[in-house]
Amino acid sequence: MNVRAHVSMMFHLDKCIGCHTCSVACKNLWTDRKGTEYMWWNNVETRPGTGYPTGWEDQERFRGGWVKKNEHVELKLHSRARGLGNLFFNPALPEIDDYYEPFTFRYQDLFNAPEGNDQPTARPVSMITGEPLNIAAGPNWDDDLGGSKLYAQNDPNWEGVAPEIQAQMAEIERVAFNYMPRICNHCLNPACVAACPSGAIYKRAEDGVVLVNENKCKGWRMCVAACPYKKVYYNWATGKSEKCILCFPRLETGQAPACFHSCVGRIRYLGVVLYDADKIPTAAAVDDKDLVAAQLDTILNPFDPEVIAAAKANGLGDDWIKSAQESPVYKFVKVWKLAVPLHPEYRTMAMLFYIPPLSPIVSTIEEGLVKLDLAPQKLDFELFDHLEKARLPLQYLANLFAAGNLEVIKPILRKLLAVRIYKRRQSVDGSMDEATLKLVEAAGTTPEEIEAIYQLTTKPTLAQRFVVPPYHREMATEVWSDPLTHKGETGVGFIELPVRGD
Amino acid sequence: MNWNILLFQVFPYVALALLLVVSVQRMRHKPFSVSSLSSQLLERKLLYFGSIPFHWGVLLILLGHLLALLIPAGLLLWNAVPIRLYLLEITGLALALWTLSGLLVLLYRRLSNRRILAVTRPTDVIVLLLLGVSLVTGIFTALAYRYGSYWFPAVFTPYLWSVLILRPRPELVADMPFWTQWHVFNFWLLLAVFPFTRLIHIITVPIGYLWRPWQIVIWVRRNRRPQVAPPLARPYSPPTSEGPSALQDSGGSYGSD
Repeated sequence: MNVRAHVSMMFHLDKCIGCHTCSVACKNLWTDRKGTEYMWWNNVETRPGTGYPTGWEDQERFRGGWVKKNEHVELKLHSRARGLGNLFFNPALPEIDDYYEPFTFRYQDLFNAPEGNDQPTARPVSMITGEPLNIAAGPNWDDDLGGSKLYAQNDPNWEGVAPEIQAQMAEIERVAFNYMPRICNHCLNPACVAACPSGAIYKRAEDGVVLVNENKCKGWRMCVAACPYKKVYYNWATGKSEKCILCFPRLETGQAPACFHSCVGRIRYLGVVLYDADKIPTAAAVDDKDLVAAQLDTILNPFDPEVIAAAKANGLGDDWIKSAQESPVYKFVKVWKLAVPLHPEYRTMAMLFYIPPLSPIVSTIEEGLVKLDLAPQKLDFELFDHLEKARLPLQYLANLFAAGNLEVIKPILRKLLAVRIYKRRQSVDGSMDEATLKLVEAAGTTPEEIEAIYQLTTKPTLAQRFVVPPYHREMATEVWSDPLTHKGETGVGFIELPVRGD
Repeated sequence: MNWNILLFQVFPYVALALLLVVSVQRMRHKPFSVSSLSSQLLERKLLYFGSIPFHWGVLLILLGHLLALLIPAGLLLWNAVPIRLYLLEITGLALALWTLSGLLVLLYRRLSNRRILAVTRPTDVIVLLLLGVSLVTGIFTALAYRYGSYWFPAVFTPYLWSVLILRPRPELVADMPFWTQWHVFNFWLLLAVFPFTRLIHIITVPIGYLWRPWQIVIWVRRNRRPQVAPPLARPYSPPTSEGPSALQDSGGSYGSD
């Protein structure tokens, strides 16, 4: 057992309101420099949709992630030799137009335009060339199903969803969608790291954050293609790759990452999970249907004395183990088994977990009228027994979160429904009936567990949502300087040390 | 000092000195500035037709020159049969033309595409032009003074070696035709500008990728350099008869992992 700690993440999609506050917080903090305008380390997608960059899930084109070959995995992008052969031209690399041409507006024209009969306008101009352009795309161009014919209909996750259901989804009365925020998944088996010819990308063993060493990066841009989530971006101005750093400077000072902290819907949870690094190679190479189970199996029980002993042997302190025991991510992912990684079939073992969204029941439409045969209080029961009637097709969610395996998604949705029905009975009706208790049992849960899920879902404090482990800044500083010397120099200069020149 | 000595004896050493000293300095102290500076994100169609012929062509042609430098006898032996000589010359010429076509595409792309122009610096164009000069003078030499692979081992192998072993014999180049002299001088010029331009990305070719482990996991704290705490910054500890305090014994008061 090789125990390491991972600062892991969980997004509760039922709570996401699609406000993009996370994206803006991140943009203002990290990517408002030249060459990074088009980078959205955090973005929010409408699902169904093609996401950002457009069609990123099409791995036949972008060749991201790993593929299973016998009992091990290989990069889908290239073999080692082919990786070097493609240095001069990388066929799988997205172009800027797959994202969008970054733009701003000539606001000064509003003030400086000569007097005339027309209202002055601020023309959009490209942030690359500085020339006027017609805006044709943006990071959330298909927000709320905008341009569905082009975007939502081309979502690759429709695979296996019956054509009639797809057709229904396109009807205005039955439209259903949800939001899916995405950041770097800080994978356990990152393809970007494996694809980098320079070896510039690495995973921090202490907390699992995947980082690009900008000094070692030589701009071969294989990582951009190899990341199946398209979360490594190429800075066209500096010729270096950049990606989400999980706000490690914030983590190291005890704060949650900016996108987490700013989340309006409070959908985001962050905490340490302990994992067994020795299990990664086998867990990444199991059959598609077992991928989620295999990944959850690498995550260890932080209360197990054996795990604690192995963690300590690897240099993890008591405070980090305590942090792992209090981790909301551990509870949602391992204890309650409600959260799953996005696209496990990419085999990178993403460490960002999602709770799939619940959706309303499908109503039938007859002669232009919405027809509901059931009394409103029966609706939830109806959905519990007939998950296939949920507006977001089950297969669609399974394609997103379980490599198409319905059996992974069903128990999650049933448990979420059980929480909803139980709490509604309790708080609205003020009483509990046999049917509800039976349903709770059928969902494989208990009233106590439901209470705990409910508490952490709806009423968590900031400290319960973000259990940031104590990073010991003074020890982190020791990497490059004596901590006490550094303390006296804080704010005086770090890139260029305040030392006497020679 | 005549032109011959200046251009083919003094300047080569200036170029080599710049190449070595500035490259090391740049790789060590300004590593962030070293990049392939790829512009594939901004434009890919023309790049495909430019970059692939150009890079592979240059690589193979340089390899040919290197072989002539290292094993001149082998080259002469190969050329002993006319058909093999013709084959080599035709291959070389074809490679040069292929490379030149790629270079022209790259030059056109760089100067005509607005997006590429936005990331173009003067040195990018200068480098392309210098490489173009090398190609054109090389092709001209190959066409006009046949057969290059025949006389290269007799003239340039000794000349290049004479420079490398610090006993320069510039007179070997003195009687060469103008185009050939230009070709040689341009080579030294390229070496001189190498560390100041994007050409430096050549030495970062990641051969190590062939054998490095797939995953890279770094224990940041285990890598830290041993540090000595400055005496003044130590916390006050009352003097004891046993000498240094317990705090100092355990390596400072700020704990360990």
